[in-house]
Amino acid sequence: MMFARGLKRKSAEEPEDVEGCSAGAQAMPSYSLQRQSLLDMSLVKLQLCHMLVEPNLCRSVLIANTVRQIQEEMTRDGTWRAVAPQAAGRAPLDRLVATDILCRSVREQEGECPAPDMGDGQPDLVPGLAVAPAAQAPRSPQSSLWEGDSSRESRGGFQKSLDQIFETLESKTSGSVEELFADVDSSYYDLDAVLTGMVGSTSSGPGSGLQAFASAATSPPSSSCRSDLGELDHAVEILVET
Amino acid sequence: MRGFWNKVFNLEVVCCPCLLKADIISTVEFNHSGELLATGDKGGRVVIFQQEQENKIQSHSRGEYNVYSTFQSHEPEFDYLKSLEIEEKINKIRWLPQKNAAQFLLSTNDKTIKLWKISERDKRPEGYNLKEEDGRYRDPTTVTTLRVPVFRPMDLMVEASPRRIFANAHTYHINSISINSDYETYLSADDLRINLWHLEITDRSFNIVDIKPANMEELTEVITAAEFHPNSCNTFVYSSSKGTIRLCDMRASALCDRHSKLFEEPEDPSNRSFFSEIISSISDVKFSHSGRYMMTRDYLSVKIWDLNMENRPVETYQVHEYLRSKLCSLYENDCIFDKFECCWNGSDSVVMTGSYNNFFRMFDRNTKRDITLEASRENNKPRTVLKPRKVCASGKRKKDEISVDSLDFNKKILHTAWHPKENIIAVATTNNLYIFQDKVN
Repeated sequence: MMFARGLKRKSAEEPEDVEGCSAGAQAMPSYSLQRQSLLDMSLVKLQLCHMLVEPNLCRSVLIANTVRQIQEEMTRDGTWRAVAPQAAGRAPLDRLVATDILCRSVREQEGECPAPDMGDGQPDLVPGLAVAPAAQAPRSPQSSLWEGDSSRESRGGFQKSLDQIFETLESKTSGSVEELFADVDSSYYDLDAVLTGMVGSTSSGPGSGLQAFASAATSPPSSSCRSDLGELDHAVEILVET
Repeated sequence: MRGFWNKVFNLEVVCCPCLLKADIISTVEFNHSGELLATGDKGGRVVIFQQEQENKIQSHSRGEYNVYSTFQSHEPEFDYLKSLEIEEKINKIRWLPQKNAAQFLLSTNDKTIKLWKISERDKRPEGYNLKEEDGRYRDPTTVTTLRVPVFRPMDLMVEASPRRIFANAHTYHINSISINSDYETYLSADDLRINLWHLEITDRSFNIVDIKPANMEELTEVITAAEFHPNSCNTFVYSSSKGTIRLCDMRASALCDRHSKLFEEPEDPSNRSFFSEIISSISDVKFSHSGRYMMTRDYLSVKIWDLNMENRPVETYQVHEYLRSKLCSLYENDCIFDKFECCWNGSDSVVMTGSYNNFFRMFDRNTKRDITLEASRENNKPRTVLKPRKVCASGKRKKDEISVDSLDFNKKILHTAWHPKENIIAVATTNNLYIFQDKVN
């Protein structure tokens, strides 16, 4: 499923947070922007899997671990910050980078960022996403909404959401999934609403697949895209528990 | 066997490729003699093919495989506690070695394992004394003589009947079953637990591995595959989503939570990314026939491990390294979670696994040569020799090469099987089963 492709929002010209690279339309987004997009994509994946048949536990665990890795790294950077509800109208959307930009091959960029070359001559697609060796980061004293203090109960809403997802995976009460999302606007979970605005996701001819990724930049965002993003924004708010 | 690999791998298409059209194939397995080939599909059906006996006159090829038996193994169920459907998709089939005229196999979906008996009937009794031919009882007063029924030949009928149903032992989805070399017990593994069963006993199983954390919040690793050692009936391995393999000895304790050996390769720091863990997740583990090695499949490679060396594999083969730069896209479309299987040939000299675009790969462990072949109807008529394929990773694409961006990621070969004795392979695309054999001159 290429549902994440409906997250197209940020126009390529916006030069937000491009560190030292040229801000041309084809520029490689900054590492932090890429990382944030990967985080958002992962959260959407974790949420959507609850709507299907019993979720694939292995897949959920791997995605959750990816999210934790990003969270840990952002905590070490000090970039793990809160999303205030009023500002949420813009902030989460600003973070969402068009997926084609996120996944764009380094060779296509016209910016001046040199891409680190892999040994075999194949530049990594998102070279900036290499993770520094892991080290437990001390919590920032200016605790954001996400972090809270170190005690488990008051850990940020994000961690709680991850935990809740795993609890529902094993919970035997039939109402558990509904409880998790009880206060969410139910229209978000209308699969049709979420999946509209997606560009040809299941073409199976040769030349589909990755080629579709590369060509996604050319298709204009549709109006239904925007309504999806409003609902996604809502879901992000829920996860933040603001 | 030596002639097979001296040249380019001459693989000849034997069967018509449109054998199975209905449903998505989810597992493929030869029996111990190789005469039978079982497939399971998403609809819960099992289809068994039988190799026809060699035609002595036309000895230029081995027998072809024809449909032998078809039966519905599992039906969809509903879990009322969780309000979720239990899929009927067959996750694995494993054959028991043949002990008498009948064949036995285990088939499993996410929750329930079944032992099936497949038996032939090619004669029937005729000439009953008390019954007419159609079964109605004769009027006793008309019976004046004694005659005994005689068995007469009839058209072959193959019957499948469920002999045991092993249910209600798995909270999570079963990913593996493996029959012990004692042929009396078998294991079944789900995401978090492994159970040991006796083939005769359905109301009880022993839990031998449990990695479920007390707090599900702390869950970071799941079991992805498990298999018994082919010769040591006390030894089994299980692989995890973090790229580790644990070898356990059931003699050590009842609950094998402490491994005897832990196989793990240290990570290459230059390749580190947010996707490192996902691509290290092991999708399949298979012992060699000899029992000395085991093979694991992760997203990009196949690794051969010597059971005596835990800190790194002895051989590593890249299946489709050109995908390493595309991991973000493959994460987005979920292809990065595809679970490819792998298999050994009968002599453990060649290993095989699938890839995308209906490609599959073989690696010769002795010559270190490898080949990419394609299973597709357009390119293959029966008796044609498969042409090797090549993917162009970067730079100028040569003639006949396929560029990475042209690969069809919806066409994936997840399941392959190799005949235990001969160079015959079964390759499953999404909807079709292909059977190839090497060219016999």
